[in-house]
Amino acid sequence: MFIIVVGGGKVGYYLTRELLTSGHEVVLLEKDPRRAAQIADEIGSVVLTRDGCEGKHLAAAGANRAAIVAAVTGDDEDNLVVCQMAKHHFAVPRTIARVNSPKNEALFRKLGVDEVINPTRMALGAIEQDIPVHDLLHLAQLSTGDLELVEAQIEDDSPAAGRAARDLVLPEGCLLFAVIRGNVAQAVRPDTTLQAGDKLVALSRTTCQDDVRRLLIGERPHDAPA
Amino acid sequence: MRTIIVGCGRVGAGLAEALAGAGHDVTVVDISTQAFNRLNADFPGQAIRGDGTDEDVLRRIGAEQADCFFALTEGDNRNALAAQIARDTLRIPHVVAKINDPVRAAAYRVMGLAVICRTTLMIDVLAQFVGLPGDQHAGDLLAEPSHEAEAR
Repeated sequence: MFIIVVGGGKVGYYLTRELLTSGHEVVLLEKDPRRAAQIADEIGSVVLTRDGCEGKHLAAAGANRAAIVAAVTGDDEDNLVVCQMAKHHFAVPRTIARVNSPKNEALFRKLGVDEVINPTRMALGAIEQDIPVHDLLHLAQLSTGDLELVEAQIEDDSPAAGRAARDLVLPEGCLLFAVIRGNVAQAVRPDTTLQAGDKLVALSRTTCQDDVRRLLIGERPHDAPA
Repeated sequence: MRTIIVGCGRVGAGLAEALAGAGHDVTVVDISTQAFNRLNADFPGQAIRGDGTDEDVLRRIGAEQADCFFALTEGDNRNALAAQIARDTLRIPHVVAKINDPVRAAAYRVMGLAVICRTTLMIDVLAQFVGLPGDQHAGDLLAEPSHEAEAR
């Protein structure tokens, strides 16, 4: 497969190396001549010292026949423009952008970037998994952008504790679908009674997550009156 | 009319002065406070230090209620990002981005963004000065439908 990587930072460098090792054809665009020379010394002549945001440089790199363009610079705006140019100007089938601001994730998807990778959100997710935060755990964002897979841990004092699933009225567009109890997952049925320690997996619209959290877990400690 | 201008360079500052002077409600955003030295001391609008490509910053300065948004920083890509946040997330009705690379400018026009490209504007004016026909579309902010088909 022919893949163009834009941005020769740590991510771009290791990505290019791994892809070459797995036998793919790769071109790496890095605009800083010093960095480009350094990478070329290490992994060979796959580096072009060019700004991947410029249309003519993407063309020179062979964007017309690329199966994937991955924009992994440290700047969200550059990654967006690379992907949009690749998609709309060169009809590249699959574009991947690294995004640093979690706010930009949904926007990038809406603007046609096929795959959005957000290291900030990943780190946040890993941290949330370790700390009981009285909050929804964000498991995955679905490709449509406004639907998210979330996990809610039921506490002793949660409104959902001791209640049957059929009695929980969730906002429209939200759905409970599995409960994990003692490492065993089961489907949520109308008569499933929730108890403290349960982990509920739900599909929620981003706009009603506050309601879902309040209904299942309860108020955040700092929301509650002192 | 409520207007947000991102980037207080020569164009941003000049446009801010012109609009504010005509009685419009103008907010200029720039990441450097020094840039605001380009504004007159009696500039009647607001000048706010912040990153105009950050959705939270834009919301905080009330961009959701704006009628017009101009992305005029020095970076083509920053302008493309700011303008698309303004158009698609904040739903501002009139959005213009300055994109000086003609290839990128043409591509974003085809994607439906209003774009001003200093490079093609200057080439057009200078070419006409020496008697060449120039490019009659150089000043178009949006691609004409026929133009669009051509570019594809």
